[in-house]
Amino acid sequence: MLLLALDTATPAVTVALYDTDGDRVLAAADQTDARRHGELLLPTVDRVLRDAGRTLHDVGRIVAGVGPGPYTGLRVGLATAEAFGAALSIPVLGLCTLDGIAYASGLDVPFVVATDARRKEVYWARYADCRTRTDGPAVDRPAELPEDVTRMPAVGAGARLYEETFEGLRTDLPLDQSAAALACLAGEKLAKGEEFLPPRPLYLRRPDARVPANYKVVTPR
Amino acid sequence: MADEPLVLGIETSCDETGVGIVRGHTLLADAVASSVDEHARFGGVVPEVASRAHLEAMVPTIERALREARVSASDLDGIAVTAGPGLAGALLVGVSAAKAYAYALGKPLYGVNHLASHICVDQLEHGALPEPTMALLVSGGHSSLLLAPDITADVRPLGSTIDDAAGEAFDKVARVLNLGFPGGPVIDRYAREGDPEAIAFPRGLTGPRDAPYDFSFSGLKTAVARWIEAKRAAGEEVPVRDVSASFQEAVTDVLTRKAVRACKDEGVDHLMIGGGVAANSRLRSMAEERCAAVGITLRVPRPKLCTDNGAMVAALGAEMVARRRAASDWDLPADSSLPVTEPHVPGESQADGDEQGHSHDHVHELSRKNLYS
Ligand SMILES: [Zn+2]
Repeated sequence: MLLLALDTATPAVTVALYDTDGDRVLAAADQTDARRHGELLLPTVDRVLRDAGRTLHDVGRIVAGVGPGPYTGLRVGLATAEAFGAALSIPVLGLCTLDGIAYASGLDVPFVVATDARRKEVYWARYADCRTRTDGPAVDRPAELPEDVTRMPAVGAGARLYEETFEGLRTDLPLDQSAAALACLAGEKLAKGEEFLPPRPLYLRRPDARVPANYKVVTPR
Repeated sequence: MADEPLVLGIETSCDETGVGIVRGHTLLADAVASSVDEHARFGGVVPEVASRAHLEAMVPTIERALREARVSASDLDGIAVTAGPGLAGALLVGVSAAKAYAYALGKPLYGVNHLASHICVDQLEHGALPEPTMALLVSGGHSSLLLAPDITADVRPLGSTIDDAAGEAFDKVARVLNLGFPGGPVIDRYAREGDPEAIAFPRGLTGPRDAPYDFSFSGLKTAVARWIEAKRAAGEEVPVRDVSASFQEAVTDVLTRKAVRACKDEGVDHLMIGGGVAANSRLRSMAEERCAAVGITLRVPRPKLCTDNGAMVAALGAEMVARRRAASDWDLPADSSLPVTEPHVPGESQADGDEQGHSHDHVHELSRKNLYS
């Protein structure tokens, strides 16, 4: 069965087409532009399908990274994934974006994944190995993370950004999310009959909205 | 009738997730999910709250519209979506979903202008729009006078608000009167029992040297607040009904006066009114009187088609298909300040034959920046 995987929860727009039968990635493409997810995603999907010589109708499942990640970009991927699923009447499988980055690391020791959450914070999660999340995802200021986390081997662009805090930064491992890794992980989980997340954003923060104070008095005093 | 274009339209520019389906000028479905209740306690639309609600409601609302219309998605001739203007993050949810549906179904995508859609929706109520059409669009996000010789290709802004949108003035006065959000319907209700001539509130931008078609409601809002505060300071009760009626009278007086003048100046013998404030009962009755007095035919869609909805987007999309306008490309952006002079966003690879280059030096139609002031 073909899986179309996509993730827009990080500055990358990443798409991959994966064949679970042959256990291989048929085509993949990544573009990085944090401000243009909405423009880049559909053309990238189109290119991946063309490269593989397939159409969307050949796809049996959509796999989508559900974040955490900056909301505007994240919603582009999930709105697209859900609409694909509805239009084609196929399931949409959600995976934590950090799990994809963890899987791509291939590590078999405990480590932390961190991505940029903006506002001087990171989205992070702790793993026992590249398939097993033990803590998170959560959003925090790097300096406020416990030392046993910041001293672990660390992967992801958020760890790179706060290199002085994440002492165990592994610069030799992939920094960014890749839909190819996400698709492989989904293939493994499908084979094992494991559960997926619903295709809904992991926001982790409440909407940024203040209740305005009572109206301002306009009469001069 | 079956050969008229069957189009699904998606609208997510503000706080309503709208999906409509039309066949030519016939409305088949108009599904709307609103997040207005979630915004009420903030006294205005909170963009992040709206965007979250759009994503939740998007696919269910599309499916509801398809069920209501009793059509199969595979029979659609195109999918239209509001490309702008509006709240950037909110627009992006609809644009992303529309692209994915269109791509998955192998249908052309039409990114269309929200304001032109507000005008075009009247085709679902009163049949083909006359050309040119004069339109007064009034809502919480916009207040514009537009002349549309061709709703798919030629829309000209004659005037717009220089500060608050008309609907915003209603919201703000309602807040001063502690009537909650949104303000339009509740002020309309109180005004029916009040005296519109009880208090002489100012009519903004109506002097002989003022821009004839521009609007200003900020001064009026301040005058109303000042009047209420004076009453409160004197320990007197605020006559909510009279204040509502007199304020509403000032707004609708200016709107209809300028709209009728624009029709006369441009030699247009009918007027279309759209946008959420077009649901206001006094605006409707005053426009009827004034248009009738000078022989102008008034066209106002039913209130549900005046507020933001997907049917209006579908209506404009159907017109794009009927007139063979170019479809949009897959990299269609959501443009929060899409100029009203661009009724749709044709793809680079397939530009219309009769369209020239567009410039972006326009007046922004949305004045959301004042939302919390
Ligand atoms: Zn509107």
